[in-house]
Amino acid sequence: MFESLLIEGLAIGACYGLFGVAVAIIYKTSEVVNFAQGEMGMVATFVAYHILSVHGMSPWVAFPVTIAFSVLLGMAIEFCLLRPARNPTVLGMIILTLGAEMLLMGLAGWKWGAEQKDFPFNLSLVTTHAILPGLAFNEWTIGVFALSIVIMTLLFLFFRYSKPGIAMRATQQNVNAARIMGINVERIFSITWGMSSLIGAIAAMFFAARSVLDPNFMMEPFMRAFAAAVLGGLTSIPGVIIGGMILGIVENFFGYAWPEWKPIVAFVLIILVITIRPSGLFAKHYVKKV
Amino acid sequence: MKRDYYEDVRLFKSGTILAWSVVFLVFLFTLPIYTPSYNIYLLNVIMVHVVLAVGLNILVGYTGQISLGHAGFFAIGAYGTSLGMTHLHFPFLAALVAAALIAAFFGFVIGLPALRLEGPYLAIATLGFGLTIMHIIGRWNIFGGRMGITAPPLDLGIPKSSCSWVIAGDVKIYYLILIITTLLVIAARNLMKTRVGRAFMSIRDDDIAAEVMGVNLTVYKTLSFAVSAFYAGVAGGMYGFVVGFFDPFTFNLILSILFLVMVVVGGLGSILGAILGASLITYLQYDLLKNVENLPVLGELLVSISRRWFTVIGLANFSGIALGLIMIAIVIFEPLGMFGIWIRIKKYWKTWPF
Repeated sequence: MFESLLIEGLAIGACYGLFGVAVAIIYKTSEVVNFAQGEMGMVATFVAYHILSVHGMSPWVAFPVTIAFSVLLGMAIEFCLLRPARNPTVLGMIILTLGAEMLLMGLAGWKWGAEQKDFPFNLSLVTTHAILPGLAFNEWTIGVFALSIVIMTLLFLFFRYSKPGIAMRATQQNVNAARIMGINVERIFSITWGMSSLIGAIAAMFFAARSVLDPNFMMEPFMRAFAAAVLGGLTSIPGVIIGGMILGIVENFFGYAWPEWKPIVAFVLIILVITIRPSGLFAKHYVKKV
Repeated sequence: MKRDYYEDVRLFKSGTILAWSVVFLVFLFTLPIYTPSYNIYLLNVIMVHVVLAVGLNILVGYTGQISLGHAGFFAIGAYGTSLGMTHLHFPFLAALVAAALIAAFFGFVIGLPALRLEGPYLAIATLGFGLTIMHIIGRWNIFGGRMGITAPPLDLGIPKSSCSWVIAGDVKIYYLILIITTLLVIAARNLMKTRVGRAFMSIRDDDIAAEVMGVNLTVYKTLSFAVSAFYAGVAGGMYGFVVGFFDPFTFNLILSILFLVMVVVGGLGSILGAILGASLITYLQYDLLKNVENLPVLGELLVSISRRWFTVIGLANFSGIALGLIMIAIVIFEPLGMFGIWIRIKKYWKTWPF
């Protein structure tokens, strides 16, 4: 019982962590909390659903198309919404992304309706494989772990060795200095949003396989993923993953002990962490200079 | 141009504004005579939202803090008032004030972490608070659980006794709410002209500079949250009686977003803006966009678009799309909101034709 709760918690936590990474990448680069992140993932998942269920195509067509769509969606939102806003305040940015959230949710509801659907996902939650002796992992869990490791490795390599990755880190440190050094900052923002949308879409598909698919389904996972990101520190990507895992385990054990209070664990945790240590567990504290 | 302090703190800048305000109030008080009763219901909802938007604007527009959890305070007001009347047999006004004070206390508590947080972190913390309140109310049986509760009869005297004075019907509720709203709006405008209001604005403009000049951040930030939550509590208490029935999911995240949109669309840091924004957004949400397919030209166009590319049933989601577009357009094109547009019109005509 203990092991299965732990594995389950870790897997959900890794999923929160992945989604939190999507939020954190955007936050690091452009200091915007993207409240539309969940809905971007939701729309991408609906596109996958549409290709799989309505057109009945194979997953090998559906997933690459979805991935491409999610990248384009992220870039489009950055290009159409964030770029035209001149010197927006923090509140302005929040309103802007909330507006994008309402817009995407409305469009998805208009296109696919509000009723709940099952997302046809290749990895089942029921079939289990005993990879380690005595421990049963279901396919979904294996998929989450494998994908998290792959994505984290790719992200690490990208930020460490590739030119766009280094340019992105430079932009994170100082936008103006990066611009002077000849980095096309606008393009960096665009790449950031595309990347973040991609990671978010992958995580959202995993969430959809666990729950049902409707226009609101990403709201609570987004909140939890954000809680995870804050827990680990929004500016540290490994921290976000670890934060996600801590949140997943805490939530799973808490939910086992008091099932009816499970939904609010994440929110109480978020308030506590933010109050006690706003910069998160793994990020350096940030002091505002006058 | 202002020449002395008393000119700055006057409630009405000029006799003209005072005269127009009186005319407007008289108009509002005689309104039920010449409007059908459905519109009275809508006006009640609008006024409830005006109270809330004015309160939220004290926090967001004047003090510069962000709250995405005002639906939580709104819920505390609604449940507190109704339960205070059914279980404790308070008169309506006493229950309303008690519930609003409870909301204000919660506002104070949320204000404490706000001392260390800013921007997106504060938005998330308040958002978490709003959702927590929603879930807690949904779990406890005293709050009616997920089924929701029906508001008791609106009684200005002591319920279930000889001195009960029940008010029923939208029109009578309209007058009650109008009086409360007017008082609260004037109180807010007055508050912003006092030492407290100026302290709020100095925190908004630069909290470090404000602290250096002797503004006690701890006191004023928590006070701002408390005042704002008090307004939200009053609004919630009235809302319960306007709609008659509510459940925990009435007070969801979308409602909090809607409140913030009212303030931003109306204009940050302006009482008039909050009133305009609350009226516009409420009208759009509760009336115009509710049955968008019945609109003259736009409706047919949307229905044909729905047939071609979307689904006709899903057209009910159009209000969300419109709201999202309004939010985006306001930030991109007119960050000062409707109040900003009004200021620009006024400036243009002041020196016209030059």
